[in-house]
Amino acid sequence: MSTTDTRNLRFNISLVGVGGQGILLTSDIIAMAAMHAGYQVKKSEIHGMSQRGGSVISQVRFGPKVHSPIIPDGQSDVLVSFERTEALRWAHLARPGAKIIVNNMDRIPVSVSSGLQPAAQNVDARLAAYPGLILLNANPLARQAGNLRTANIVVMGALSKYVPFEEEHWQAAMQERIPAKLLDVNLRAFTLGRTAIP
Amino acid sequence: MKKLLSANQAIAWAAYRGGCRVASAYPGTPSTEIMEHIAEFKGAINCEWSVNEKVAMEIAAGASLAGVRTLVAMKHVGLNVAMDPLMTFTYIGAIGGMVIVNADDPSLHSSQNEQDNRSLAKFAKCLLFEPSDSQEAYDMVLAGFELSEKYQVPVIIRTTTRTAHTSSIVDIGSGARGEAPAIPYVKNARRNVAVPANGRLMRFAVEKRSAQLRELTEASPFNRAEPGTGDIGFVASGVAYQYVKEVFPEAPVFKVGLSHPPPVEKIRAFAAGVRRLVVVEESDPVLAEQIQAAGIPVVKPQTELHMMELNPARLAQLRAELLGADAPPAPQPESDVPVRPPVLCSGCSHRGAFYILSKLKATVCGDIGCYTLGSAPPLAAMDTCVCMGASIGTAIGMRKAGHPNKRIAAVIGDSTFFHSGMTGLLDVAYNQIPITVMVFDNRITAMTGHQENPGSGKTLLGEPTANVKIADIARSFGIRRVHEVTPYDLANLEKVFQECLDCGEPAVVVVQGPCVLHVKWAGQYINTVNEDTCTACGACFRIGCPAIVRGAPKDDTGKRYKSKIDPQFCTGCNLCAQVCKFNAITPVK
Repeated sequence: MSTTDTRNLRFNISLVGVGGQGILLTSDIIAMAAMHAGYQVKKSEIHGMSQRGGSVISQVRFGPKVHSPIIPDGQSDVLVSFERTEALRWAHLARPGAKIIVNNMDRIPVSVSSGLQPAAQNVDARLAAYPGLILLNANPLARQAGNLRTANIVVMGALSKYVPFEEEHWQAAMQERIPAKLLDVNLRAFTLGRTAIP
Repeated sequence: MKKLLSANQAIAWAAYRGGCRVASAYPGTPSTEIMEHIAEFKGAINCEWSVNEKVAMEIAAGASLAGVRTLVAMKHVGLNVAMDPLMTFTYIGAIGGMVIVNADDPSLHSSQNEQDNRSLAKFAKCLLFEPSDSQEAYDMVLAGFELSEKYQVPVIIRTTTRTAHTSSIVDIGSGARGEAPAIPYVKNARRNVAVPANGRLMRFAVEKRSAQLRELTEASPFNRAEPGTGDIGFVASGVAYQYVKEVFPEAPVFKVGLSHPPPVEKIRAFAAGVRRLVVVEESDPVLAEQIQAAGIPVVKPQTELHMMELNPARLAQLRAELLGADAPPAPQPESDVPVRPPVLCSGCSHRGAFYILSKLKATVCGDIGCYTLGSAPPLAAMDTCVCMGASIGTAIGMRKAGHPNKRIAAVIGDSTFFHSGMTGLLDVAYNQIPITVMVFDNRITAMTGHQENPGSGKTLLGEPTANVKIADIARSFGIRRVHEVTPYDLANLEKVFQECLDCGEPAVVVVQGPCVLHVKWAGQYINTVNEDTCTACGACFRIGCPAIVRGAPKDDTGKRYKSKIDPQFCTGCNLCAQVCKFNAITPVK
């Protein structure tokens, strides 16, 4: 893509998962990378109860001009989920044929583990029905990078293959947002995620 | 200088750039981060976590009277607590610029109600700004300081959860600290002492000021018509403006930024140029009613727009209605996906106490904080929750009403206790009410993200300070039965709770244990379930710990499951082992 093309592009990314999975940090980095790449950007999140194991959502939109901070349902160009059931919950955010990048792991809601409500059935098959599905084993890659907690950055590395930023924009954003002593392990995680996508 | 900032961050930057000298706040989602970011300017602004919003507002009033620029921040329900000083200070009037940032929470993302505080700006006859993004929040705080000084009026900036927590690019000018010299103090009792004789004079002055503010709002650049095509014109404020621009990109729009007093004459002129005028605003029809009252016809759409957050999908529905078209098809969410409500964390110091309260069948009046999550199944250990500090008063009322359950407890956290529970406890002591007040004391304001409070021994800037003991306060009130207990010994909790609930006199139990998210555990052990010993009785599931998950099925029927402990989340708090009658849960390294 030439520079002129990307400047006129409008792009919507939704990130979903469970509190504590690093969703807000990830969306911060994406938004900063968008700014470095020269776009107008809005990043919107609902995080009041994020540390208490609730469902968390953050959305990043960029383009020549961004109005609504909320992405209309069915208009996300990429849906990123840090957990499989959350991918199902929010699948309707993705536009038809959009990439849906999912960390291939489960976090069972307490109400399910304690028997108060049934678990989601046939998650594999229902996810597979989405043609843009990419199931990523981010946790082993994060361990390989050196820290399981960088699984979010592995997923972001995979996402980077579908977002029109140069690698330098990602690097600049990560340097800005991640503490220096954790930067190396996160950069490794990013590369592992990026190269996991053929 | 351009930065990617949330509105909360942008407001902090504007305070810094605008020469604000004194800032005060009580934490409350979605406003909390404002003061955290102001604190990052390391003493450039004298800032504090106040014990509650009323005190925070009074500090702002005092700073303004002393002639300096001041900012006070709180969530929407916080302004209820601070209304008393505001309603009279608006008579007295600001001297140093006074900006009140008030964050509404449409859709109740993390609040107990959805009140639209724009009505309170009208009630208090203040100026009211409604930013639609971070740049506007920044600009409006700067303008707010100046207008507050010029018109001697408190200025309210109404954000919402969406604007407060949306980041966008903000031009913060040079980024340097702004200077605003203090206005010399002049003692003036007639102006500053609100007694009836002075208050009557102030009352007339307020009306005169309101007339000036109506002229100001008509001339303000924050209120402007944006031309477009089509015969429907929109009036929009706050983030609703952004949704209108998204869904009706070609339509003429009147953007209201300074929304109280509303610029009705400018809107009248705008309305004359369109065939139909539609007002889009988040929450109550505050602008619509004032525009209509001015004799300007406004379309009343059938599409419901006044409850819960607006979004582009809801405006697309409005669009269909206005154009007489079918509503656009909305993508349908997958069915049968289990909900994932927030829960008390694994290792939470509140869990054991709720488990025992539930076991003792106490009637529990709850309060605002993480511990409100104790109301959810399987603990289900809460009967009521009203507002900050209400647990104690509500419990008193229940007791006075002759509630059949003699075991009535009020459950309140430390920060909420300091905020507005202390007065309730004094009422318990003064009127000798036989209830048990349980303070779940983790020495931090946990729910909003670990802000310091009078019990944590540190100020907002992390400086050491007094470390107030709740048991000492209770004793100083004259309450004789005061216990301090640890949170992870269930047998002792049961003994103490039962004794207090059945003693027939006022009692206080302080359950002391740090928040597990704040103070990392040094515990050497975590727990594991021995699958052979586990009988699948389900007792450990009833403590509602997120580390306890479904294990192997007990038999072929698939009806009962043994439990399993997720080592990633277990903190080794050992509550589950204490509820297991079969000794199937044991510690491992």
